[in-house]
Amino acid sequence: MKIAVCVKAVPDAASGRRIDPATKRLDRSGELAISDFDTYAVEEGLRLKEASGEGEVVVVSMGPEKAMDALRKALAMGADRAVLITDSALENADVLGTAAALAGALENEGADLVLFGQQSADGGGACLWAAVAEKLRYPVVSQVSELTVGDGSLTGKRQTEFGYDTIRAPMPAIVAVSDAINTPRYPSLKGIMGAKKKPQQTLAASGAAEPGTTVVALNPPPPRGEAQKFDDDGSAADRIVEFLAEKRLV
Amino acid sequence: MAKTLVFLEHHEGAVQKGSLGVLAKAAQIGGEFAGAVVGSEVRAVAESAGGTVWVADDARLAAPLPQPRVDVLAKLVRDEGYDTVLFAQSVLAADIAAGLAARLGAGLNWGLVDFDGETGTAPALQDTVVVDVGWSTPVRIGIFRAGALDAEALTDTADVRDAAVQLEDFSTAAEMVEQAHAEQQGPSIEDAEIIVAGGRGLGEPEKFALAEELARALGGAVAATRAVVDAGWYPYSAQVGQTGKTVSPKLYVALGISGAIQHKVGMQGSNVIVAINKDPNAPIFEYSDLGVVGDLHEIVPRLTELVRSRKS
Amino acid sequence: MSIRPSEYPPPWSTSDAIAAPTDPVEERIDVGFLIVGAGPAGLAAAIRLGQLIEESPATAERLGEVPVAVLEKGKAPGAHLLSGAVVNPRGLQRLFKGRKRIEEMPFYGEVHGESVLFMTKRRAVRIPTPPTMVNHRNYVASVSQLGRWLAEEAEELGVTILPETSAEQLLVDGGRVIGVRTGDRGRGRGGEELGNFEPGSDIAARVTILAEGTQGHLTGAALERFGLRGENPQVWALGVKEVWRVAKPLDQVIHTMGWPLRAAKRYREFGGSFVYPMGDDMVTIGMVVGLDYRDTELSVHDLLQELKTHPRIKRILEGGERVQWGAKTIPEGGFVALPSHFHAPGLLLCGDGVGLVNVPALKGIHYAVESGRLAAEAAWRTLARGESMRSALASYDESLRRSFIWSDLREVRNMRQAFGRGFYVGGALAGAMTASKGRFPPRDAPTERDADQSLIGTDRAASYPAADGKLVFDKLSSVFASGNRTRDDQPNHIRIQEKVPRELAELWAHMCPAQVYEVGEADGDGTVRVKLAPSNCVQCGAITAKGGRLTPPEGGSGPEYTVT
Repeated sequence: MKIAVCVKAVPDAASGRRIDPATKRLDRSGELAISDFDTYAVEEGLRLKEASGEGEVVVVSMGPEKAMDALRKALAMGADRAVLITDSALENADVLGTAAALAGALENEGADLVLFGQQSADGGGACLWAAVAEKLRYPVVSQVSELTVGDGSLTGKRQTEFGYDTIRAPMPAIVAVSDAINTPRYPSLKGIMGAKKKPQQTLAASGAAEPGTTVVALNPPPPRGEAQKFDDDGSAADRIVEFLAEKRLV
Repeated sequence: MAKTLVFLEHHEGAVQKGSLGVLAKAAQIGGEFAGAVVGSEVRAVAESAGGTVWVADDARLAAPLPQPRVDVLAKLVRDEGYDTVLFAQSVLAADIAAGLAARLGAGLNWGLVDFDGETGTAPALQDTVVVDVGWSTPVRIGIFRAGALDAEALTDTADVRDAAVQLEDFSTAAEMVEQAHAEQQGPSIEDAEIIVAGGRGLGEPEKFALAEELARALGGAVAATRAVVDAGWYPYSAQVGQTGKTVSPKLYVALGISGAIQHKVGMQGSNVIVAINKDPNAPIFEYSDLGVVGDLHEIVPRLTELVRSRKS
Repeated sequence: MSIRPSEYPPPWSTSDAIAAPTDPVEERIDVGFLIVGAGPAGLAAAIRLGQLIEESPATAERLGEVPVAVLEKGKAPGAHLLSGAVVNPRGLQRLFKGRKRIEEMPFYGEVHGESVLFMTKRRAVRIPTPPTMVNHRNYVASVSQLGRWLAEEAEELGVTILPETSAEQLLVDGGRVIGVRTGDRGRGRGGEELGNFEPGSDIAARVTILAEGTQGHLTGAALERFGLRGENPQVWALGVKEVWRVAKPLDQVIHTMGWPLRAAKRYREFGGSFVYPMGDDMVTIGMVVGLDYRDTELSVHDLLQELKTHPRIKRILEGGERVQWGAKTIPEGGFVALPSHFHAPGLLLCGDGVGLVNVPALKGIHYAVESGRLAAEAAWRTLARGESMRSALASYDESLRRSFIWSDLREVRNMRQAFGRGFYVGGALAGAMTASKGRFPPRDAPTERDADQSLIGTDRAASYPAADGKLVFDKLSSVFASGNRTRDDQPNHIRIQEKVPRELAELWAHMCPAQVYEVGEADGDGTVRVKLAPSNCVQCGAITAKGGRLTPPEGGSGPEYTVT
């Protein structure tokens, strides 16, 4: 079974995620690391491969050249190969461009299962996989907290606001896993040392798309408005309820 | 003027509050607008919405799966010429919106808290910056953040129209084996619209009952600070903060929490923050909307009682 | 009240950090040369070895598939590096001779002007710069950034760097160091194995080079185990610093003495502050205080906050914003506290870990780099046919003694100890030492252990300024600004007695810049419980100097410095 895991290299939280005032986009000039959410997807891919006893786990990502350093963590965890789509045309790509680029590479890979993490650690988006599924014309199941695979199909337990659905889909398929699905392993020392030697491939974008969204302006967050503070004189509970009622929270 | 289509998500016979909020926003923006209800035997749901409502009613649409809905909405957009499609955030809505964006080559902006017909407003980077976003494609898709808009029912009677249902093969490949039932335990803290959080000021582990009672009365979830989780008073799954979960509910009630930055970054995106602490200099008062300096052991039981009686 | 922290030793012993190898041989990881610590010393050693490998690939084949490996306990090289710093480029120039020019090194600029200020609460008086502190032809740098750059250079030479990997035990077999055992990952608070538990590994190497920096965990154990301690114990200072983005460029390097430290001998408050420009739009400001201080309420973190309220300092920071904070100890014993030897079978020791710091000049980075380079050369000699391992490693000691490190440190050898006698007497003695180029005093003064100083209580804490979130910050905000987001659910890595006299608990609570210690409930017999928040820890090492012991937590924990 061939499993492709789509990951994103994002600015490391410690180097500070900030927006570059010149481009109005996230400043990606510092160190990049694999998005935490994506490590759950890598882990799931590795577990499925280990359970079946054979197969390949490929990590696929779109980003600047230096993102390859971040992909090595997935290789250190046990992934077999890394593919990085890098192209200056994709610098400001949004969901449309990213989906098109990933779909292009995934089509080449011909994986049985494509995994994503539950959301983007930097942009906060949680839906890229659905756009990729549309491009590839694969079934998609998201927010999966339990996944079983066998006989050309998969069964996933999907976590929604209402509880858990059980969904079955034939492969090839796309699954976005939630962070409840597993606990990602630490790379072993041997894994880290061996990562450098695993195949790492860079591709140009095959299906570019113009961004469909624009950033018009950046603003500081609105001040919290009239903040009130008072000492309890016995009537605090009543005043709180009044306040909540005014805001239609009770 | 915009011509807007609003996806009306429904569950167990009723349109979701979030979707109603988006519908009300569409009305506010001006121009033509309509809702879309997709499912099986959902005519009554469509009728309950008000205004123009498209209904796609088909047995194959019974399960709340995203891809068939992309087919339905895409056809509606193309046939009827909608240039704006809006959603209220949910697991289902996000998947539909992104699939639709790819199908139509339409720009997609999510996490919106407002939209004026041209430009949307979306907080970013753990709510430390607010971004004005736009679209450069003929069709625009937007997802509103949960709890951002107030639900207001449209009062005019619904004008229900039938939408065509033509489904792609790959859209129907996934099937629902067993659908979710309503959860009994209450929302998880990430989804909760109301959170009551307890900190060291509670004094001892047993006093978490105060937070639990209040949460139950308000219909919310219970969260905890790192300090009390460290001390073993509450499980790590409830920890909010830099090394725990990040939440942005409509209401966050902080009981006995000092509000150091490690906690703040996990909840600063909350719409309304109410804090009760006996230390007037607690940092939490610097960023709460309503700060009460007092003894939570006296205030909270009474507050819980008042909330209960209001609701009954 | 006259208790001493040393009366309450931590539940820890050297043997906890020394072990025989346990992994079966086929699971053991074999490398050629193993370096512990990706700081200036460790990376200099790695780079020099990389250069030697490049020059003699045939010899290098004997080192196996991984000729040089560097273990780093921080998230990445640089994450745990912190210093002032004004760097003497000499060490780096020697390391990169013929390969790189100064312009290619990550410095913030040559020092153009400097002043030394004597401070009182409201005034700052310029005093003549002591000759040891002249910084002409030196460069301002961020040692964290320097570490990242050196790591890249090392990797280009084929060195394998293993971040998020702590070295927990020195592996000794048959009286010889054969490598280290790395720490486990994925244990819960009670030590239990979590779902993703990953045990540590035995790493074996021909030669192990310890470059762990201040309070080196394995270095301390090695000095004990192999009888390498010198005549005098080591002493430390705690440095706490911030990096600020500023509106107006600072045009000079500033050092201060005096306020807010107290001059009277009984307080034993030796130290001062520094303010260095980092390019045109950043400034770094720090406070350094010897850990032989006696006041239980002394908090270096808060003294730095107090310093910033001084008009002379405040105006430098006006309109600016704090971007990073950090803390780290500095070994201050100098020449007389150096170990008797810097090698043992299979082992070489470099850098701050063995106290190669020139206290009056506030310099250690170029000594670290030079010692790393010399260690690499000695390690390489073990591959030479016709030379015994023993004599190859002993050659390291010889080269250290012939180096500029030795002569520099010898010249200033009693300066710090003089200041133990108060600022004014110390100042006079220091002047005499400099004038005589180290020939005065004729007999070396002994150092006293930091933990042996008896404690006194004052109401010092009342004068610390209240946090305002703009100029003055509280400890938790500072911990946040160090980039620390350590996993909470892991075993406690701090070793202290948890039931101690109140004064000692208060000492620790004020001492720790990261608010790890809190005075807990009183037990009714004059003692209190100490409450710990170990995930706040930025691994500065102060606790080891003052009665406890810092051990390395799970790899990847602690601060994530980038510009300190």
